[in-house]
Amino acid sequence: MKSSRRGFLKFAGLSASGTGEHEPPATEGKRLAMVVDLRKFSKNDELLQKCVDACNSAHSIPDFGDDPKNEVKWIWTENFETAFHSQEFHFIREDLKGKPTLLMCNHCDNPPCTRVCPTEATWKRAADGVVMMDWHRCIGCRYCIVACPYGSRSFNWKDPRTAPNLAGLGSESYPTRMRGVVEKCTFCDERLARGEQPACVEVCENQEMVFGDLNDPESEVRQLLTEHLAIRRKSGLGTQPEVYYIVDDPRTLMEIAPAAEVYEREEGGHD
Amino acid sequence: MYDASKIVAGLAVFAVLATSPLWFNQISAAPADEPELQAPPNGATQCVEATEYMRANHMDLLNQWRDSVVRDDQRMYVSKLNGKEYVMSLQKTCLDCHSNKSRFCDSCHTYAAVQPYCWDCHLVPEEAQ
Repeated sequence: MKSSRRGFLKFAGLSASGTGEHEPPATEGKRLAMVVDLRKFSKNDELLQKCVDACNSAHSIPDFGDDPKNEVKWIWTENFETAFHSQEFHFIREDLKGKPTLLMCNHCDNPPCTRVCPTEATWKRAADGVVMMDWHRCIGCRYCIVACPYGSRSFNWKDPRTAPNLAGLGSESYPTRMRGVVEKCTFCDERLARGEQPACVEVCENQEMVFGDLNDPESEVRQLLTEHLAIRRKSGLGTQPEVYYIVDDPRTLMEIAPAAEVYEREEGGHD
Repeated sequence: MYDASKIVAGLAVFAVLATSPLWFNQISAAPADEPELQAPPNGATQCVEATEYMRANHMDLLNQWRDSVVRDDQRMYVSKLNGKEYVMSLQKTCLDCHSNKSRFCDSCHTYAAVQPYCWDCHLVPEEAQ
């Protein structure tokens, strides 16, 4: 009798959580993911802006100045505690405290935004897991903005073409969106198609951001995640975000380098 | 019928006058304007498909290209005409040859009074004369 009661409670618990076991959902092919190395970013504030600017210019993102209502953002910064507020850091390490942290669409394995879209203007690409947008099809209902727990989606309240920073666009530029359309990061699907890295990753010279396929055991992202402590935003919601943040102690960066030197010296001694 | 000849003559005059705009224009009016399309300034002579097909169906082809690129991530188009491969891109393929939008796209679209919304988002190259 005892064991059946226990079994019942286990079943009830799983049913209530609605998610069952947290198995990483399988995509058919690749499972593209981003790893942001906060140890390296904690020493390099300029790079944050460089990443944001690279994205903004690569995707013709309008800038309407200070009015936050009109803000359109694919990648942006938020201080660390706000970005990870569900983690409840009480006595936080100095190098992370208030540090601007890069945020973007998490390309969740279980994306709530795609489930609410009435026109399938946003969907999860089966081949690589990118949460895509079809701006031709978006009707601007903004359900997805409400559904996304990460604030990754922006609405074009104004015609982006009227933004002062987009005056000089030519036919080589990325098309703008139109008024009344939702937009967000697409992991630079247009660059992936050409075999390039996303624009924000490309400006990182020392692998502050790394992008790759989690289904490939040899990939750099997979290596980083097995070697380091990484957190994800609001992982408790069960959306399975695919943007990881390495939060190891920054001293480990220094420890790696001297250790390697010592090893080389010892090796050299045997010759 | 009294005064039949007068009535018939009057009716004949009325019929001629009432239909006069129709036959008068048939005889004297200039033919309707036809849209003039600029040949590709870069000298290209063959579009991705036959000219007749493109004239009638370019809008459908563009919709197929759009769906193929955005939704299926398939970006190469194989021409049914000669098997040549093209990148499916309005900005980079179509407008590479038809580089003057106002003398190519617009001249027909204005004529036919259609307003496609391509250019709300897609960008037009600077127009060479």
